Amino acid sequence: MLMEQWLSGLIDPYYQQVLTLVGIYIIAALGLNLITGLCGQLTFGHAAFLSIGAYTAAILTRDYHLPFTAALLAGGLMAALWGVLIGLPVLRLTGDYLGIATLGFGEIVRVAFTNMKVTGGAIGLAGISRASNLVNVTLFVVLAIAAVVLLENSRFGRALKAIREDEIAAESMGINAMWYKVQAFGIGCFLAGISGGFYAHLMQYLNPNDFSFIKSFEILSFVVLGGLGSIPGAILGTAVLTVAPEFLRFMAKYRMMIYGLLLVVMMIFRPHGLLGGVDFRRLLRRRKSKSLALGG
Amino acid sequence: MLEVKEISVAYGVIEALKGISFTVREGEIVALIGANGAGKTTTLRTVSGLLRPRKGQIFYQGQEITRLSPHQIVAMGLTHVPEGRRVFARMTVMENLEMGAYTCRSRAEFKANLERVFQRFPRLAERKNQLAGTLSGGEQQMLAIGRALMSRPRMLLLDEPSMGLAPLLVREVFSIIKEINEAGTTILLVEQNARMALSIAHRAYVLQTGEIILEGPAAELMERPEVRKAYLGE
Repeated sequence: MLMEQWLSGLIDPYYQQVLTLVGIYIIAALGLNLITGLCGQLTFGHAAFLSIGAYTAAILTRDYHLPFTAALLAGGLMAALWGVLIGLPVLRLTGDYLGIATLGFGEIVRVAFTNMKVTGGAIGLAGISRASNLVNVTLFVVLAIAAVVLLENSRFGRALKAIREDEIAAESMGINAMWYKVQAFGIGCFLAGISGGFYAHLMQYLNPNDFSFIKSFEILSFVVLGGLGSIPGAILGTAVLTVAPEFLRFMAKYRMMIYGLLLVVMMIFRPHGLLGGVDFRRLLRRRKSKSLALGG
Repeated sequence: MLEVKEISVAYGVIEALKGISFTVREGEIVALIGANGAGKTTTLRTVSGLLRPRKGQIFYQGQEITRLSPHQIVAMGLTHVPEGRRVFARMTVMENLEMGAYTCRSRAEFKANLERVFQRFPRLAERKNQLAGTLSGGEQQMLAIGRALMSRPRMLLLDEPSMGLAPLLVREVFSIIKEINEAGTTILLVEQNARMALSIAHRAYVLQTGEIILEGPAAELMERPEVRKAYLGE
């Protein structure tokens, strides 16, 4: 609470809310980037895992009075569990077929939540405490970034990239592609669940319709706009697309039109996304060798 | 070393292999030649576990591998170099080679394997930080073979290594295959370029629409009038 007061002295509460939301979506986008960007598995159902995490965490703090951190983790684990359960059969599919299957799953989850008693049904779930703030979200974003960067550069990350590039060749190299895909899916869903938990405790109200396929596409567009497979891209893409509708508010009814136009123009001029295909380590190496050459 | 017994493979209702049998002995180069659609690639993919046979059995070093999955078969030292090279285009040469050593857990062993591959393919050492997709066709083929060698296989399955390469490069690739064999790796080679394949193989099988129609020492097959006519263009 103290921290909140101190922060609101520094940053206007409205901007704080927007920035917190950016952070929450970054967590989800990092997870999706792992599944779709790094491992190449197209999924249109990411919002479902967000909602599983959101409802789990919210019910645990509201009805069972669990501490926020514990509820958050439980939400993440629940989403990961469902991710693995769904991933096992569904990840045998590839490309657009996988996309459609995950889209279907996302809708099943939404309809299930609309008809369940514990989730408050179509009326939604209200009375959730406001436990998310810019500080704890930022902290988790930093943790999540560190984790996905480490993952990407590990043996595991290389295997995922190999599966994305050519699944058959990866199999011939001795990689159990199915197992790696399921793991990537599980980790991505865990991050989605955490993101959902934060979301629930920021909005303080959940409605199944907040997690329809439109939300899934929104998160996918963050990752695609930033550049599939690029971690800095996922972060930048999320920031731009979450903040843009807010800054475009002065245009009132034209707001979402401009937002759409922005997406179209972006994809024409940077088809691989804002930071797609930009290798930061290579840039750094080049700069180093250049300065060496100049110095020598 | 490898024994294939009466395997049949079908894609839906289309029967691609109609119960073929063959053997590869330790230290040999065995070529499987035949026209397009004869079932050559299907055979290799079945041996490496990417396809499941409908009937028949496959034994490798006396152990049955018919129902094993590809990663288990690679771990046993039987590595497949797929058709059309299939290098990981958006990964560097070095990363591609690291992927090849995926089954190898020790750092020292990895370094020794890398050293050997770079010795055999100096071009790969020069280009180790380049993206594999930017290599020429010949370099990509060398990378695909080098990548497979990183797992230190006892037996290599090569699918159409001459595909899309200039004649001079084909010769180079084949002399490298011969060297790899002389260094102790058994090789099963699938080729459309029958002349090249027969020139380095010890024995060969001729595959036609899913059946083996001829077999024997490579030099002998090269002299057979039906082979000369159908596959050597005379």
